[in-house]
Formats: sequence, C-alpha cells, structure tokens
Amino acid sequence: MSGFAAYLVFFLIVALTYSIVTMGLNLQWGYTGLFNAGVVGFFAIGAYGTAVLVGPDRAQLIGGFALPFPVAVVGGMALAALAALVVGLATLKLREEYLAIATFGIAISIQLVALNFEALTGGVNGLVGLPRPLFTAFGSPGAYNLFYLAVVASVALLVYVALEVAVRSPWGRVLKAVREDETAARSLGKNPAAIRLQVFVLGCTLMGLAGGLYVGFIGYVSPLDFLPILTFQIWAMLIVGGSGNNLGAIVGAVGVWALWTMSGLGVSRLLPVAYQSQGGAIQVIIIGLLIVLTLLFRPRGLIGEAEAVSRHAR
Amino acid sequence: MDAGSPTGGWKRSATAGRLEVLEVTKSFGANRAVDCVSFVAEPGKITGLIGPNGAGKTTLFNAIAGELPIDSGEVRLDGVRIGSLPPYKIFSRGLARTFQIPRPFPGMTVLENVMLVPQGQHGERFWNTWLRPGLVAREERENREKARAIIEFCGLSPVERQLAGAISGGQQKLVELARALMADPKIVLLDEPGAGVNPALLDTIVDRIVELNRRGLTFLIIEHNMDFVMSLCDEIVVMATGKVIAKGTPETVIADPQVLEAYLGGAVA
Repeated sequence: MSGFAAYLVFFLIVALTYSIVTMGLNLQWGYTGLFNAGVVGFFAIGAYGTAVLVGPDRAQLIGGFALPFPVAVVGGMALAALAALVVGLATLKLREEYLAIATFGIAISIQLVALNFEALTGGVNGLVGLPRPLFTAFGSPGAYNLFYLAVVASVALLVYVALEVAVRSPWGRVLKAVREDETAARSLGKNPAAIRLQVFVLGCTLMGLAGGLYVGFIGYVSPLDFLPILTFQIWAMLIVGGSGNNLGAIVGAVGVWALWTMSGLGVSRLLPVAYQSQGGAIQVIIIGLLIVLTLLFRPRGLIGEAEAVSRHAR
Repeated sequence: MDAGSPTGGWKRSATAGRLEVLEVTKSFGANRAVDCVSFVAEPGKITGLIGPNGAGKTTLFNAIAGELPIDSGEVRLDGVRIGSLPPYKIFSRGLARTFQIPRPFPGMTVLENVMLVPQGQHGERFWNTWLRPGLVAREERENREKARAIIEFCGLSPVERQLAGAISGGQQKLVELARALMADPKIVLLDEPGAGVNPALLDTIVDRIVELNRRGLTFLIIEHNMDFVMSLCDEIVVMATGKVIAKGTPETVIADPQVLEAYLGGAVA
C-alpha cells in the first residue's frame, strides 16, 4: 500500500469510530434534546473498561482479565451504560445548559480519575501493550489495518441501521415529542423522565462501544486521548453533519475529522518550528469557525432532519 | 370543510367519566390560587368553569391533570383517587386535557401529533422495532387508520401532512382535541377552546364538542366567551379569587348577584 492509502485507512478507522460516538450523541441531542457535554467521559469509560478487561495480568495493576476482545468491548459498554445510569439519575432533572454544565464536569472528573487512579488506569502512562484482536493472523500492519477498518465500518453500519430502524418508529416519535414539548408529552400519557434516562443510557453505551473499538485499534489507552476537546469535536461533527439525522452524523464525523487532521498537517508543514506548539490553536479555531458558519448559514447541517419520524406515517 | 360531515370509521369506545373535585387547595407562597374548591363534573354532561382572569381556573386544571401537585383535597375519576398521580398516569386513567395556549409538537406533522398518543404501543419500546417489526408495522397501520378518522372528524384532513407548528392557532386547538380523542378518554378538560379562534372555526369546535358529548363524552371547559358557555354547558361553576362562588345551571348562575359582582364589580370578599 502506498503511504497515502495507508494513511487513508488509518484516517477512516478513527473517523468511523468517532461516527459511532456522534450517532450516540445524535440520539441524545438530535432526537431527544439532551445536552450531553460530557461525551468524552463515556467514550473514556468504554475505552478504559475494555482495556482493563482485555489486558494481560500485571502485578501493580488491578484488572488484567485477558478476556477475548469482543467480550471486553461488551464489558466496556456495560460500564459506560452503568455510569450513564448513575449520572442520568443524578442530573436528568436538569435542563439544557444546566445539564450541559453537569455532564461537562462529570467528564472532567472521569478524565481526572483516569489520570490519578494509577492502580486501575496506569495513571499518566495509561495502559500499554494491550492485545489487538487477531493481530497475529495478519502478515503486515497494513493488512491488519484494512481488516480493522472492515470491522469498524461493519459496526458503524450495524449501529446506523439499528438506529434508523429504531427511530423511524413510534419510539422515535416519542423521543421527538419529548424534545419538542415535554409538558405536552407528559399530558398525553408519555413519561419523559423515563424516556430521557433510557436515551441517555443508550447513547452513552454507543460512546462506550466506540471507546472499546478505539482501544482495540491503537493497542493502548492514555488519558491524553480523552481531553474535553474531543467532546467539542464530536459536537462539531453532529452540528455540521445535521442534528437529528444519523447519516448526517456519519458524514459530519468523517468531514470534520478530515478537516481536523488536514489542518493539523497544514500547521506542521507550513508553520516554522518555533510556532508549532501555538499553531495547534489554529485547528481549534477552524472547528469553532466551522460550527459558527454552519449555525449561521446552514443551521440544519449538511443533511437535515426528516419531517415525519415514523416510516408508518408517510 | 363541512363541519357536520359524517365521521368516517371512528367510533368512541369509552364510557363517560365522573370527575369529583373535593376541597382542592393549591397555594403559591401566601397566594391561595385555588382555595378549597369542590364540584362535580357529571358523566355525559358539559360543565363550564368560568370566572374573571386570575380566578384560578387554569391552576385548578393543572392541579386536576397532575401538572401541579395539590396541597390538600382530593380529585377522583369515577370514584378512584387520581390526585397524587403524575400527569401521564392520569391521562392513561382516561382524563385528557388541552392547553390555554396550544402546545402542538410544532416540528411534527398533524398526523404524527395524533399518532403519538395511543398508550402501550409496542413500537414505543426500541427493542420491539428490531425484534418484532411485523407487530409494530401492524399496530402502526391500525393507529394510522384511527388517527386519520379522528383527524377527519376534527376537520383537519386538509392539513394532515403539514407541520403542526405551521397551521393556524384555531387548527392547533383542534389538533389538541384530536390528540385527546385518540386515547378514548372518559373526560376531556378544555382550557379556553374558543380563545383567539375565528368565528367559522369556532363553529367547528363547538359542533365537535356537541357531537362528542352526544356520544357520551364528559367535558369540563374553561371559557370566557359567554355565548359559547351559555349555549353549550349543562352546568356552570363560577370561580373568583380561588374560590367557587356559584354553581348551577346557566340560568341560575347568570342571575346570581355574586357572579355579576365578580365580573363587573371586581373581587368579592
């Protein structure tokens, strides 16, 4: 494989992993109106959960169960779901910006735990040397990455189809009703509190799934991969792609991640060495600009929301 | 649209409900917005709830529907206490309400607004959409048929596919009525169904209420339009400053000096 093709495979694996996170956020925000600003926290729990379950036994560390990778990922998802249940029960009475502040704080706390609970998470060094599923079955890293891309793409497709089927139904209709007018939904026999909790847990479970896939690909887990900027990037992906549309979430994830990596490349190639570290800010500025421009000129995103929710009401 | 058109395939399938309000009190701080209010909305009748602005009518509605917890007193539907239940449970017991300012789901079509309502849809559980798609699709077909019939009954067929946020305020009130009917309620609480509605549409609304009542649906209606109230209601309850000051037939109530004072002479003691 040429250098560019190899890079494209690498790029797509990461972008499609993030597309799963974005679809989880889309379920929460796009369909149900839950302002989750702690996306990275649940991604991190899925990643660390998978790492602890899949990793080899080590003397200084808790965990190291050396479980098969798929089992470990499911475990990571379950941990993310459990965390979401606890967080949801505590915070879902809060509305919009208050929920955002609470979840943002929780994500910071999760990252700080990852940084400091050395016996479980390896602290600042993270957990390294994790087995990559079926790595030995492939002759070269290039071939393996192609295989892993197929895995991630299949999972993303499965998530996409499952979500599309689920939201184009009476369930999706209830979510939208809760988003549009909770009081009216309540007066029509729906229980918004239960629906919000269900959707919060489900969305965060998808974020946990993505975290597990991410760990399987890079083979280590580090607290530096779970900074608040990632939440910001995922939000940009959703807004640019089109909130309330799962295809939009995928398109947004690939598009924004492309812009992010290309701008990073541009900075490293074009800026003098002395300004490299400051240059990183340009990437953040570009993403911020993209969000503002999208909201100003195309508030529905690249692909907007469909009007009738249930495919039975066409 | 001919307001008196036949009603399609839709038949009402619930019995008339009896709503008892017993010494219900609701305070906001020192303000007793609803002060020991008692009355009965008899089954199959249309009961009007009138009174000057600030009398506590909408607060009472919110208390009955469970949107506001009551401080004391009891609300019973067909003899069963519903006073402490959350709104969604009260709704499933057969009490539906509309809002003073319509609350359609603005980004959903009229049809979707109405199809949302039925209780216990299997498709409202996400796993059924994966595991039992046939059942969900079948329920949705029945649901859509019923919704269409009710939409036709309410004269909304021409706007069925439009977003509920894009139709007129009067039509939005009819959407709320259609949503309420979708659950086969025993009683419907209407909060100012005639407010801000043009005369032609008001005729449609009145006509539909009369027709539904003829089919045995109990109504409790807040309304300021006295022609509307006098022609429509079997019983009238008059509130002022949180209290019931008169009850009875339209004729007796309108002749009551206390009622005249409340409307013309300001607050009563």
